[in-house]
Amino acid sequence: METIEILQISWFFLIGILFAGYAVLDGFDLGIGALMPFLAGSDEKKALTLFNSIGPVWDGNKVWLVTAGGALFAAFPHAYATVFSGFYLAMMLVLFGLIFRAVSIKFYALEPERRKVWGYAFFLGSVIPSILFGVALGNVILGVPLDSGMEFRGTFLTLLRPFPLIIGLLGFTAILMQGSVYAALKSEGELQMDARSTASKLVYVYLVMFAASLIASFVFMPQNIGIIPAWICAAVTVISLILLKINIAKGEDFKSFIFSSLAFFSLWGIAGSVHFPNMVKATGGAAYDITIYNGSSGELTLSIMLGIALIGMPVVIAYSIYVYRIFKGKATAGN
Amino acid sequence: MDAVLLSRIQFALTAGFHYIFPPLTFGLTLIILYTETVYLRTDNVLYKNLTKYLAKILALVFAMGVATGIVLEFSFGTNWSTYSRIVGDIFGAPLAAEGISAFFLESVFIGVLLFGRDRVSKKAYWAAALMVFIGSHLSGLWIIIANSWMQTPAGFEMVEGRAVLTNFYEAAINHSTIQRYLHTVVGAWMAGSLFVAGISAWYILKKRDLDYAKPLLTISLLIFIFTSFIQFGTGHYHAVQVAKTQPVKMAAFEGLWDTTAGAPLSVFGVPVAADKKTYLEIGIPKLLSIMIYADPDAVVQGLNDFPEDLHPPIFLTFTTYHIMIALGSLFALMSAIGLLLIKRKKLFETDWYLKAILFSIPLPHISNQTGWMAAEIGRQPWAIYNVLKTADAASVVVPAWQILLTIILFSIIYILLFILFIKFLVQMVRKGPKVLINEKGY
Repeated sequence: METIEILQISWFFLIGILFAGYAVLDGFDLGIGALMPFLAGSDEKKALTLFNSIGPVWDGNKVWLVTAGGALFAAFPHAYATVFSGFYLAMMLVLFGLIFRAVSIKFYALEPERRKVWGYAFFLGSVIPSILFGVALGNVILGVPLDSGMEFRGTFLTLLRPFPLIIGLLGFTAILMQGSVYAALKSEGELQMDARSTASKLVYVYLVMFAASLIASFVFMPQNIGIIPAWICAAVTVISLILLKINIAKGEDFKSFIFSSLAFFSLWGIAGSVHFPNMVKATGGAAYDITIYNGSSGELTLSIMLGIALIGMPVVIAYSIYVYRIFKGKATAGN
Repeated sequence: MDAVLLSRIQFALTAGFHYIFPPLTFGLTLIILYTETVYLRTDNVLYKNLTKYLAKILALVFAMGVATGIVLEFSFGTNWSTYSRIVGDIFGAPLAAEGISAFFLESVFIGVLLFGRDRVSKKAYWAAALMVFIGSHLSGLWIIIANSWMQTPAGFEMVEGRAVLTNFYEAAINHSTIQRYLHTVVGAWMAGSLFVAGISAWYILKKRDLDYAKPLLTISLLIFIFTSFIQFGTGHYHAVQVAKTQPVKMAAFEGLWDTTAGAPLSVFGVPVAADKKTYLEIGIPKLLSIMIYADPDAVVQGLNDFPEDLHPPIFLTFTTYHIMIALGSLFALMSAIGLLLIKRKKLFETDWYLKAILFSIPLPHISNQTGWMAAEIGRQPWAIYNVLKTADAASVVVPAWQILLTIILFSIIYILLFILFIKFLVQMVRKGPKVLINEKGY
């Protein structure tokens, strides 16, 4: 194998890890946002507890997305260019969601008289990106119309086909699960009980959505049935969900969080196994696919960036763990 | 309407709005690092409280910066996809490196800075303040690297219409990176320090919270004084580089049409591209030649030496550049007076000067914005100087109406955010440090 191929494959994995890291970490604070109206209702104390549970860490979490986006740009510029311009309106919706999310956490604390508005903004700003991320992923896996210049030739409606929508809902379910188990981990009393019971019910939704996604995959992409690594990851997902259910029942919140995260990781494993070596699949035939081989940067860029990532990311993970440990324990409405 | 023009408007709008916040972050993290260092060394609780107060303001500023910053990273793909395809090999790398080496550092440790005071030791808290300072400034460096490569591209070759990296170091530390970084950071510190100085001056004028406001005014004003003086140095260093690497931009800055031996430094004028002439010209004889080449008779190239289709929009480039310089001169004057007042120990009693500081808070932002406009408009018609034209850089699949729609939405959202930002800021300042530091939450 040539050096450039090894680099391209490494970057496929690394970008997968960055997106999966974003999904798991920002997933729990997105999930808290999406669950806010159900877990807190009109109880401001509960809402403040939930906000405080993510307050010190969410800023760091969202950098996983910024870094994944930057890495995609650096390593596979064609994939970045095609998807971001092709899915223009969807991307803008994600951005508007993320903008409102970022400010509403702050504004909720600063403007007690308009907490309803900012709670609602935080909810919508969390729900919209949470669904759209999965829809976008479903589209690049299923395939979108691309021309010979790698440009997207569909419309906004192209994105809303059944398979991507199902993946969008599966991703959303996984995010809700992250949010509910994290809420259980960081809270006490009634809020904790509610979070656990939400998580417990969500396991069933998760399994149903997972089965629906599998069936949809068979229907829309029968060629992928024989991919062994995808089946291994699928098995990990199911086992994780079962262990998740058991641990929720036992009130083992930290373990629940671990298994929920593992289930989410293995979903990314399935996506990666099915998708490799494509970056953006084309509906018009394999000749139009954007792959890691025809869509990547040059060898020098890939190798220097790999060096930066291999040195930098372990450091990032180390100090992130340090900071998470500082904020270990239950969150309260006060501080 | 033209999709390229609309994408340019959208980028100008979103980048310009975003750039209100990073300079404030730079200045605030610098002053926080100072107050926290003093607290670490002297155990003086006043300085601990100053950190606490400034951190609350930083939290608001940082949230605004984060919310508006991610838009820009997305926009290269959404609105400038052809650009991304052609230069992704080089331009994407600093953005990714920024995330890994800087933005994580800043964003993870800001959690400690805002929420961790009672959970970590004094030293660890100080270290968090240092990490946030380093993270934000390193983040700026990577962004400046990316921008500088657009101005003075290096370390690459064109292969089948795409830029391919040949030397990472040359691409990163290209001919304008260091000059631009110094000039930008100092400009940011000026905006951030005058922001804090203006707020402190208000307390002194209102004769309240004096124990907090006086040390805060002294340190922030000293930073402002120092930075506004050295900004002449960094500005000069940067301008000499522009003259040598982007002569047509320098000619546009100066409204210089004919190539001239012993060229004057333009102080005022109204350049009109249609007439190829600068009206109402006031200049200092030979000074431009002296400043660029240290030779009163050196030849400086004029605009007429370059094909007209490679001229940037002259009037805008000239005017924004001159507004920046005029403001820079005003800042130096303010600083000289401030220095005198500090020396005579009359700073806290000189009401007119305190008022002047307060009302000048927006001015460094205007000079930052106009400086960026001069740099970016002055690079036109190129997106990557001498490599890729802006007109050929935009996304080809995004219809104009969609961009128009998002411009309208961004405008509405950003106006709303700006009003709220000012409202909350004024609210916090009015409450004052004593109330604010005892409030729960951030």
